[in-house]
Amino acid sequence: MPSILSVSDLSKIYTNAHTKKDLKILDQINFNIEKGASFSIVGPSGSGKTTLLGLCAGLDQVTSGSIVLNDIKLDNLNEDQLAKVRNDHVGFVFQNFQLIPTLTALENVMIPLELRGEKNAESSSKDLLARVGLSERMIHYPVQMSGGEQQRVSIARAFSNNPKILFADEPTGNLDEETSQSIEELLFQINKESGTTLVIVTHDLELAAKTDHMIRLKGGKIISN
Amino acid sequence: MDTIVKPGRLNESWRWVIKMAWKDSRRNRTRLFIFILSIALGIAALVGINSFKSSLVSEINNQAKELLGADLAIGGQSKSFTEEAYKFTSDIPGEKSYESSFASMIYFPRTDGTRLMNVKSLKGAYPYYGIIETDPPEAADQFKKGQFALVDESVMLQYNVAVGDDVKVGETLFNIVGKLKKVPGQTEIGTTVAPVVYIPLDYLGGTGLMKKGSRINQTVYYKIDDPNEVAETDEGFRKELDEMGIYLETVEDRKRDTGRAFSDLADFLNLVAFVALLLGCIGVSSSVFVYIKEKIKTVAILRCLGASSNQVFFIFLSQIAIFGLIGAVIGAAIGVFIQGYLPVLLQDFIPVEVNSAISWVSILQGVFLGLFISILFTLLPLLKVRKVAPLGVIREIVSKKSDSWMLSGIIYTIIFLFVWFFSKLQIGEWLEAFFFTLGIVAAFILLTLTGKAVIWLVRKFFPKSVGFVWRQGMANLYRPNNQTLTLVVTIGLGTALISSLYSMQDLLIQQITISGEGDRPNMVLFDIQTPQIKEVQEITLDYDMPIIQDVPVITMTLKEINGINKYQAISDSTLGYKKWVYNREYRVTYREKLISSEKIVDGKWRGEYQEGDSVFISISKGFAQGINVNIGDEILFNVQGALIKTYVGSFREVDWRRVQTNFLVLFPKGVLEDAPQFNVLVTKTTSGDYASRYQQAIVRNFPNISIIDLGLILSTLEEILGKISFVIQFMALFSIATGLLVLLSSVITSKYQRIEENVLLRTLGASKSQIWKILFTEYFMLGTIASSAGLFISMVGSLLLAKYVFEIPYAPNYISLIGVFLIITSLTVIIGLLNSRSVTNNPPLQVIRKEV
Ligand SMILES: Nc1ncnc2c1ncn2[C@@H]1O[C@H](COP(=O)(O)OP(=O)(O)OP(=O)(O)O)[C@@H](O)[C@H]1O
Ligand SMILES: [Mg+2]
Repeated sequence: MPSILSVSDLSKIYTNAHTKKDLKILDQINFNIEKGASFSIVGPSGSGKTTLLGLCAGLDQVTSGSIVLNDIKLDNLNEDQLAKVRNDHVGFVFQNFQLIPTLTALENVMIPLELRGEKNAESSSKDLLARVGLSERMIHYPVQMSGGEQQRVSIARAFSNNPKILFADEPTGNLDEETSQSIEELLFQINKESGTTLVIVTHDLELAAKTDHMIRLKGGKIISN
Repeated sequence: MDTIVKPGRLNESWRWVIKMAWKDSRRNRTRLFIFILSIALGIAALVGINSFKSSLVSEINNQAKELLGADLAIGGQSKSFTEEAYKFTSDIPGEKSYESSFASMIYFPRTDGTRLMNVKSLKGAYPYYGIIETDPPEAADQFKKGQFALVDESVMLQYNVAVGDDVKVGETLFNIVGKLKKVPGQTEIGTTVAPVVYIPLDYLGGTGLMKKGSRINQTVYYKIDDPNEVAETDEGFRKELDEMGIYLETVEDRKRDTGRAFSDLADFLNLVAFVALLLGCIGVSSSVFVYIKEKIKTVAILRCLGASSNQVFFIFLSQIAIFGLIGAVIGAAIGVFIQGYLPVLLQDFIPVEVNSAISWVSILQGVFLGLFISILFTLLPLLKVRKVAPLGVIREIVSKKSDSWMLSGIIYTIIFLFVWFFSKLQIGEWLEAFFFTLGIVAAFILLTLTGKAVIWLVRKFFPKSVGFVWRQGMANLYRPNNQTLTLVVTIGLGTALISSLYSMQDLLIQQITISGEGDRPNMVLFDIQTPQIKEVQEITLDYDMPIIQDVPVITMTLKEINGINKYQAISDSTLGYKKWVYNREYRVTYREKLISSEKIVDGKWRGEYQEGDSVFISISKGFAQGINVNIGDEILFNVQGALIKTYVGSFREVDWRRVQTNFLVLFPKGVLEDAPQFNVLVTKTTSGDYASRYQQAIVRNFPNISIIDLGLILSTLEEILGKISFVIQFMALFSIATGLLVLLSSVITSKYQRIEENVLLRTLGASKSQIWKILFTEYFMLGTIASSAGLFISMVGSLLLAKYVFEIPYAPNYISLIGVFLIITSLTVIIGLLNSRSVTNNPPLQVIRKEV
């Protein structure tokens, strides 16, 4: 299988602006993810999971090492080129949903498609919302929905641009068990149906166990793969 | 293939940007609308004034002939109308009318009233264009046919005189056949200052007022049908007449002069409107600043989903542009209404009737300006959008990139240049406009520092021991997302601008209100001829009135300065002497000692002329600077035919506001005693009744003497000032309304910052009254600090104005200052509290769902 994401010798260091002390958040990370696979990153709080995810998605600059996403080397791209890569290939789901408060559910889902200038943004977004079971709530604003509903909107949005890879940072962290269950099922189902690679950050080991691969982070290092 | 697809994609992307801008605005429209409305009011005032100005100019053009009443007018003082000059005027072909006018006391025998009026005696069919408006209308022609007069309508009302009564001008009685309502080319204000009596020229001789000593102006009006002839006359005679001290005025001249005078008025009003606009700009800028802060999250999400930084920037830019445009259009529409009202407001000041025609140029200018400034003033906060990193979706990051200082520098520069350029348009002088702009910048900086100082001080000296609600309220002043800086700057600047406007008005009034109270003289008698002096003094003393001053006045003209005469001065401007210096008439007195209102500032005063020595005169310092002479310069005067050579011996500082006979030029004793002269007597009356009987006694005995009743002048000035200040206040209203809107929009913006927190407090069990108290503390502190800082700035500004522009001592009007302080502070609190009503009146959850 060809790989969709490969990370080699990745390190991330933050320098404290006041104390000038270096803080090594990620240390020599290496892994490879195959197309269509599902993948999970687990580890205790503060181990660097979110940081790693952000780097893989091109949301931040690496200190050293390199990331290749869908055969594109992210190292030397500028912000706008990275934005284009994300729009073309990447989907996101966040722990705290990150919907735009001034847009309705439907409009939130449409954004990635509209950014690409796609004609049938509205109808395909409606389909997606129907698939996550929200056909009744399309014109509602985020504040008018429950957390679970908001997360379903953000899943619909994440899949709307048919991403090659979907990053989910603790997608069920803010939800109750039952809702979490259904969100997880939804993620895996759409992942299967559309052949998207799924990368989930979680500290829920049960969820991690459902994925094809799992890496464990601790103190910025991979302790098992 | 790519090349075919690309333009489509580009278009698509723009469409999306606009669509997003519109969609995203939906939940913020009230806010966007209110802060854009702050600009609308300024635009409204500008459009109103500019459209009014353009209809005024076109009216002046249309009615120029009616303003002059003729195709050509030639006029000057009667002493200039020599035989030769008279021949000139009769050589000009065309129908002619003659007018002699002068100031004189008139007397109403039936009601026993006297008053100084502008007597115009007329012969001929003037006005050839327009009419002399009278009641009844036919009186305008009738009065020329006998011993009749037309008397100014308001004077008739004031002196209880009716049509059919008599009026005595000099020694002749005229029967009043009509009330005079409007004279061609004269404004209502002009009429108030110098009310007119018309009599036929044929009866002027009988009044006995044409004696030597009366200053009479002669004017010849022409009706010339052929415009070429007017032009030829203009070219052929203007210069020669000018040399004789006689002016020639064509319709074009009148048009230009009138236009100029009123564009000055319009420019001043424009400046006031511009202040309102600036205030609005600052309000919009600060509101957008807060608004964008809230949008950071949205921007990060959009960037995360793949929008480019430019796309996101343009989403918010077009949002502002769309609402800026709406605001500007609303402003222009309100402007059209204002334009309709301005002619009513200004009718007393303008000599023509203005029908407000819609000026599309002004409207378009206004809309464009509104759009332009709403973008210009929001660019700074908008730039922040470009710096938002997509990483923001994961965690709040402190923006580390601040490399846009160059861009902000450029924008600050553009804003500065814009304000400078625009105020230059209104003020007319680059340097003054520069200082005006600098003043605003200084105020801005001062307020920013005040805001920062407040934040620092409250944090540093935080009163830990006070109760919970007070601590919360105070802490709100420095906590993240505080509105201290924004509100202190906007409210402070608004207070400063509005309060300066008022104190300027105070200064103007103060400058004139030197009333005849206390021991100050309040009556001045002019034109007392030498043989009359003794008797006038006796009458004065008979009426128990003091002779405060009795000074001789000699009129003369200036012939040469340092040997340079008028023609040399005109042909060589590098000599530095202006034409008017030679053209004007100098009224001069002589005395040995200086009086209390003057003091020598340079040189030495020699009070008595010594046989064989030179004549050393003293000139007022300001005037000496104006005509460009120094101590020791030689001035040759023409004293009614006799030439007197003098030297500038000293400069005097003269306090012109003292009611005394003050003179620009002062001669020593022993030079002018035998020159033809008249006397001026200064006295003081106690009661009004006494004053009028004294005046009647003087006028009955000496009709040639003019009496200036300072009480009357002061009340006239007050009336005019009242009208002017009404106009200023009308314009200031826009500043005030804008200030209120800015306050409202600042508070509304801040409400969104506070709402989550207040709801949280409510959720944690804070009672309604606790929330109210927290809010009250915060807004009260803000209102107090902002308005006192604003007042401080306005006091400094007024002090500088008083010292350097008006040159009078500045006494702040503490009552109005305290009034402004209380009003602004309570408005801040009231608006702040009213706006947060929803937080306390609705269940917390509902608030969050609706408002965030
Ligand atoms: N900008 C930054 N500056 C300094 N340290 C940072 C910065 N961002 C993250 N860190 C640190 O990096 C470490 C890893 O953070 P990260 O958010 O990746 O952890 P995580 O594994 O996602 O934890 P959690 O499970 O709690 O979400 C933390 O110790 C955090 O304090
Ligand atoms: Mg995390």
